[in-house]
Amino acid sequence: MTSLAGKERLPREVVAMRVAKELPDGAYVNLGIGIPTLVSSFVPEGRTVFYHSESGILNCGPIAEEGEEDIDLINAGGQYLQSVGGMSFFDSAEAFAMIRGGHVDVTVLGSHQVSATGDLANWMLPQRGVGNVGGAMDLATGARGVIVAMEHTDRNGEPKIVQECTFPLTGKGCVYLIVTDLAVIECDGQGLTLKEVAPGWTPEEVQQLTGAKLTISPDVGEFEL
Amino acid sequence: MASVSESSAVKGKVYPSAQAALEGIFDGASVLVAGWSGRGEPEKLLRGLAGTGVGDLTLICQGAWVQEAGKFGIAELVAGGQVKKMVSPLPFHPETGGPVKDLWQSGKLELEIVPQGVLAERLRAGGAGIGGVFLPTGVGTRFAEGKEVRQFDGKDHVLESALKADFALLRARAADTLGNLVYEGTGRNWNPIMATAAAVTVAEVDLVGEPGSIDPESVITQAIFIDRLVLAD
Repeated sequence: MTSLAGKERLPREVVAMRVAKELPDGAYVNLGIGIPTLVSSFVPEGRTVFYHSESGILNCGPIAEEGEEDIDLINAGGQYLQSVGGMSFFDSAEAFAMIRGGHVDVTVLGSHQVSATGDLANWMLPQRGVGNVGGAMDLATGARGVIVAMEHTDRNGEPKIVQECTFPLTGKGCVYLIVTDLAVIECDGQGLTLKEVAPGWTPEEVQQLTGAKLTISPDVGEFEL
Repeated sequence: MASVSESSAVKGKVYPSAQAALEGIFDGASVLVAGWSGRGEPEKLLRGLAGTGVGDLTLICQGAWVQEAGKFGIAELVAGGQVKKMVSPLPFHPETGGPVKDLWQSGKLELEIVPQGVLAERLRAGGAGIGGVFLPTGVGTRFAEGKEVRQFDGKDHVLESALKADFALLRARAADTLGNLVYEGTGRNWNPIMATAAAVTVAEVDLVGEPGSIDPESVITQAIFIDRLVLAD
């Protein structure tokens, strides 16, 4: 385990790039904070993705340049956005009707833990005593697909992919794909299948840093970007 | 569109000051506050609320993530000790913290965390005369504990009760004197649903015009939901 702790992992940008490949052309997508926010920078050429933000905007533009900030044009994380053609605005109930009603195709979220059956625990670290749930719980339940983008292990080197979540749950059985700095893992609600590993890593090494049993796909290979 | 200061004819629901527009606020009142994590808050009304000196307030709002010099928002109101409880999906920034975190940690502020979409739908139900709503959000989590769960179309839903408050403090771009409101961009956020869900609704606006100054097709919050208006500074 210790020998693996120092081994080189993929940077956040590469994780985001790998996630971006999963977004279908024309999809409505909601990106959480952290690595997920980076995903919009890596959508493959020729593909159009429309971003939904629970701050009440559809078809979000890129982050605004310094000096061009508009207080009335922000994303869910409070970042200022550029004004682009085709935007629309709505209130908070409408924003969540879009999510809960299954109109958002994919959400990409960070997480503290994901379980073998695709349970998501991303809103609260128990030791903090309180958490920012925001819209995560509605996204986990309502979006048609939930992709998790996160580091494979936490700050202490503990696995974030676990047999059962020990942190407060966000949603049950909602995750269908996990992309980490070590691996791409599919969840079918029953178990986890290792599909891709970071360059230089073996499936066995990834398994060592994973708290749940991985089924190694017969066609497991390196990260496909 | 004329501003009130330019047109003495403009009165209607327009109050001369925040304090006047908050008449009737009382100790222990529940108050909806629009805005997005510290942006687009009704600052003049929040200052006015601080000025009334009422205490034991329950604030229902997005949260207090952003604090900036010179701004008076939810964080600053909470810092003054007038708030007993906050109902919020995102009470304070996990890294930067602030008065909400400090008072909560010292046991002087109660926090009730509510998933954002659940809060939105509970307020919408409150404003629409619906007693409660079954929502799929939170099934199998601590937010469903102690609540009725029922299946619809093969999927579990949690019964959430409607939510209403004594006052709503809103922030809009423009109004007419009747109280019809329009917003700008993401400044709309919680305003339209909060406008429906309080006994007394007060909107802080940049501009007020005569009836007819807003295209009826563009009105987002209808006058029936708004009791009082005050011009922003």
